[in-house]
Amino acid sequence: MTHSRRDFIKTVSAVAATSAIGTRGLGTVDRLISSTGSSIGDPTYRELTQVALDAARAAGATYADIRISARRSQRISTRENRLQGADDSDTLGFGVRALSNGAWGFAASNILTKDVVAQIARDAVAIAKANSAVQLRPIVLAPAPAATGEWKSPIKIDPFDVPITDKVALLLEANAAALKVQGAKFVTSNMFFLREEKTLATSDGTFVVQTIYRAQPSMNVTAVSADFADFQSRQSNDVAPMGLGYEYVTGANMVENATRWANEAVQKLSAKSVDVGRYDLVLHPSHLWLTIHESVAHPTELDRAEGFEANYAGTSFVSPPEKMLGKLKFGSPLMNIRGDRTQHGSLSAIGWDDEGVKPDDFMIIKNGILQDYQTTREQAMQLDWWYKSQGKPTRSHGCSYGQSWQDVQFQRMPNVSLLPGDKDISYNDIIAATDRGIAIIGDGSFSIDQQRYNAQFGGQVFYEIKGGKIVGMLKDVAYQMRTPDFWGSLDMIGGQKSYELGGAFSDGKGQPSQSNAISHGCVPSRFRNINVINTGRKA
Amino acid sequence: MSRPKSLFGAVPAGILTRAEAEALGKRVLSFAKADETSVSINSNARANTRFAVNQVSTAGDDTDTTLSIRSTFGKRSASVTTNKTDDASLSAAVKAAEELARLSVEDPESMPGLGPQTYPPERSQTISFPEAAERARAVKAVTDRARAAGFVATGYIESRVGTRALINSRGLFAFEQSGGCSMTATVRTPDGTGSGWGGANANDWSGIDADAVGATATEKAGKSRNPVAVEPGRYTVVLEPTAVGNLIPIIAFSAQARSADEGRSFFSKPGGGNKIGMKVADERVTLVSDPADNIGSSITGDGRPTEKVVFIENGILKNLNYDRFWAQKQGKQPTGLAFGCMRLMGGDSSIPQMIASTERGILVTRFWYIRPVDQRTILFTGLTRDGTFLIENGKVTHSIKNFRYNESPIFMLNNVEAFGAPVRVSASEDSSPGAAIIMPPLKVRDFNFTSLSDAV
Repeated sequence: MTHSRRDFIKTVSAVAATSAIGTRGLGTVDRLISSTGSSIGDPTYRELTQVALDAARAAGATYADIRISARRSQRISTRENRLQGADDSDTLGFGVRALSNGAWGFAASNILTKDVVAQIARDAVAIAKANSAVQLRPIVLAPAPAATGEWKSPIKIDPFDVPITDKVALLLEANAAALKVQGAKFVTSNMFFLREEKTLATSDGTFVVQTIYRAQPSMNVTAVSADFADFQSRQSNDVAPMGLGYEYVTGANMVENATRWANEAVQKLSAKSVDVGRYDLVLHPSHLWLTIHESVAHPTELDRAEGFEANYAGTSFVSPPEKMLGKLKFGSPLMNIRGDRTQHGSLSAIGWDDEGVKPDDFMIIKNGILQDYQTTREQAMQLDWWYKSQGKPTRSHGCSYGQSWQDVQFQRMPNVSLLPGDKDISYNDIIAATDRGIAIIGDGSFSIDQQRYNAQFGGQVFYEIKGGKIVGMLKDVAYQMRTPDFWGSLDMIGGQKSYELGGAFSDGKGQPSQSNAISHGCVPSRFRNINVINTGRKA
Repeated sequence: MSRPKSLFGAVPAGILTRAEAEALGKRVLSFAKADETSVSINSNARANTRFAVNQVSTAGDDTDTTLSIRSTFGKRSASVTTNKTDDASLSAAVKAAEELARLSVEDPESMPGLGPQTYPPERSQTISFPEAAERARAVKAVTDRARAAGFVATGYIESRVGTRALINSRGLFAFEQSGGCSMTATVRTPDGTGSGWGGANANDWSGIDADAVGATATEKAGKSRNPVAVEPGRYTVVLEPTAVGNLIPIIAFSAQARSADEGRSFFSKPGGGNKIGMKVADERVTLVSDPADNIGSSITGDGRPTEKVVFIENGILKNLNYDRFWAQKQGKQPTGLAFGCMRLMGGDSSIPQMIASTERGILVTRFWYIRPVDQRTILFTGLTRDGTFLIENGKVTHSIKNFRYNESPIFMLNNVEAFGAPVRVSASEDSSPGAAIIMPPLKVRDFNFTSLSDAV
C-alpha cells in the first residue's frame, strides 16, 4: 500500500544533516565517523561492527547483522509566493538483528559507542531468546556469498551541494507560472531530497557501504469556481520521484509543466461528469504504475502470500505458492512482469540489500503466468522445492530492506515493472485504436483490499475517447476492478519507446509501519470493458 | 534486558527528564546567533513484538532523541533536525539552520515566537512498558487460543514512552511525558474462508487485555467462515466502535479554517466564507477533541497549551482549526487542537439493540484501506474486513463477503439512527498506538456499498 497524504504528517520526522556535517565522504569510513563530531573517538565503522557481531555471537547468536545508517534529508515547501518551510534533517544510529534459538531479535540505538553497541547486540540476542519461547518453526536462511564493496546511486549533482536559494527560486518561479493561468487560485510546491550512507556487516562476512540518493520536485494546483461551488486540483505526479540527484529536478521542466498542470486544473472545473458504465481504459504510465504496485507487486510478496502480514497489509490471493507457481493465470499473455533493483535512477536500485544479498533480475509473471515471488534469505528457503523443479538455485532475490537504523529489515518490494510489448506502439496509437474509452493520466485516489482482489483507482486527468479520438475532458472518474479479471482484459500494450518509470517514496508495510521507496516501469496499456463509477456525490 | 518497567519511577535509558531536556535546550540556545531560535526535543523509547502464523516473527526495542532547531532572522526561517546531541554536533546544527534561514526568502506570514505560556498542572502518572518476555507471554495468550480452535493468529504489540520539550529564545519552556500502547490480532481459519480481528489501544500497557483481544479475534474468525455474497447497494449498517473510529477522525483532518475560507473544503460556504454556525450533522451528533483523553497531548506544536475543541455540537459546526496566522487574519483565536485526539459522544443504545431493531442490514467490524476520493464532500473509499455479517429480522444470519464502500463520514453523521456507549479503539490501519480515539457503535441508514470483494 502507499500511504495516504495524511500519513506524511507522522512520517516526516527523521531526517537530514547540516551542510557543515554534510561534507563527509563515503568510502572513507573513518571520516564518516569522525565528521559526525560525536565524542566516540576514532574507531572505524568496521571496528564498531565487529564489536556488535562479536557480542552477539558471545551471547548466543547463530547469525547477526548490524546496519549503521547516516541519513540526511531536506524538504522545501512553498505556497503561492511564499516559502513555507526549509527543513534539513539528519539521523545517525545503528540496529542489530540477531538469530538465536531459531528466532529473531532486534535492537537499535542512536549512541555509537563500543559499550552501547555491544549492549544493544546483547539486547537483540536476549529478545531473540525471549521470542524463541513461542517459536514453533526455526528460521533458516538461504545461503548468500559474503560480499564486500561500495555502491552509490548514479547521481550527477548532489542535491545537498545546491544552494537553497536556487531551489526556492525554482519553486517560486513555477508557482508564479501556475498562478498566471486564469482560474488557478492556489498552488503548493515542494522539493524533497535524501541521502543515506549505510554500512552493513554480517556474521557471514559481508561488509558493504552504500550511498543512496532520492529526489522529487512536486506541485499541486487548485482551481476554485467563481461561485465557490466547485474546486479541482491537479497534482504533478507525472514527475515521478527518482533515485537521482539535483540534475533530475532541473530536467523536470517544473516551470513549463506548472502552466500545463494549472490549465488542466481549471479545465476540470468545466469538464463533463462521467456517465457510469463500462469503458475501455487507456492507462498512461504515469497512472498505470500505481495499479501495478497495488495489484501485482504487493500480492507477489512471499511474506504476504504466507500470511505474515495478515494483521496489517494483508495476505494475498496469490496463495498458497504450491498451487500458484507455474499455474496461476494472472493476466493476458501480453503481461510480463519483472522484479529488479538495477534500473538506472530507479528508487529500488542498490548494490546489496539489507542482508548483504546482491539482487538479481527475475521474472515474476511470464506471458500472464505466475513464475516467482519476491524474497529474502529466510523466505527463499520456502520455495526451495520450486527452484529445484525449475533447475534454478535457491537464493534470495535481494528484497530485504529496513527504512532506517531504528527499523528491522524485512521483505520489501523491488522495482516491479510491466515489460514493453514487441511492437512499436505508442500511447497515441492505442487511443487511435480505441472506439469508446477513457484515457487516464496521473495517479489519483487508490484503495485495494487486503488480498488484492478488489481495487478502485482515480487519476489526475481523464479524457473521453470516441472513434479513436479524444473528444473532451471528464471528471469524477474512478474505476473498480477485480485483479485477475482486470489483467486478463489487457489487450494492447506499448512498445519500448513508450516505457516510463513511476514510483513513490512512501509504500507502507510492516508493524511498526515502514516506508519503502520503489519505482515501477510500464508502458501505456489498454484494458477492455472496465467498470467506471462516478465519484461526484451531492449527499 | 534491564529495562525499567515504569517510566516515571525509573526512566528508561536515553529518555530525557525535564531537567535534562531543559539543559539540552539551553545548550542549543547558547550557540544561537539568530533573531529568534526555537528548539523542539523528542526523546522516545519504542518496544514492539510482531507475531505471525502462531509464533513471534520479529521484535525489537529502540530509543532515540531528536532535536529540531528553528532559526529566524526577521521573516526568514529554516530548521534543522538532528539526533546527535554532543556540543560539536549541536553547534554545527545551529549554524546550519542559521545559514539556511539567512539564505531563504522572507515569509510574509511569519509569526513571532511565543513567550512563556501557562500550562495546566502536569498529571503525575506511571506508564508501564512491557519487556520482551512479557510481550511474548501476551502473544502466547492469543496464539494458544487460536491454535486451540485450529486457527492461525497474526498480530502486533507496540508500546511507546517518551518526553517532549519546547524551548525558545523568548523564554518559552514546555515539557510533557507521553505514552501509548496498542495490541491487535487477526485470526484466520486455515481454509482461508474466515478472518476475525480484535484490538485494544490505551495510554500504557496496563490498559491492554491480551486475552480479550485474542478472544474477540478468534470468535469472529469462527463466525466469519464461508461468507455468502450479498448484492452491493445502500444498506442500514451497524458499525462497531472500531469501524466508526476508522471513519470519523477524517472529519477533523478536513476541518481546516483556511481551506474552508479559501473555498476548497466541504466546510466552505457556497458563495464564500465557512460553515461555522451551520447545521452539518444530525442534532444528536457532538464531536470533540479532548487532550485529557491522552498522555502527551498537552502542548501544541508551537508551544501553546492545548484545549478541548468542540467541532460539532448537537449537529452544529462550532469550530474549525485555525493556525496562528489565519486566526490573526480573520480576527479569531488560534485553536489549541490536541492533534489526533477525537471523541464522538454516544447514546443509550447498544450493538445488540441495534441488531434487534434492524430488519435488513450489515454488521461491520472494521474498515480498511481508507483513502480520499473527493475532498468536496469528504468522500472516501475503503473496504470492510475481518468480520462482516448480514442482519435479517433483528438477527445476525450470515457471514458475508466484504464490500467496498464510497461514503462520506459527514453524510453518515446525517443518517444516524442510534448511538451506543463510546469506547477507546485501535483505529489506525497499521495498529500504531497514536492518540486516543473514543467512539460509540452507530446504527446508520443508507450506507453506500459499491462493489463486492473476494478478499477474506
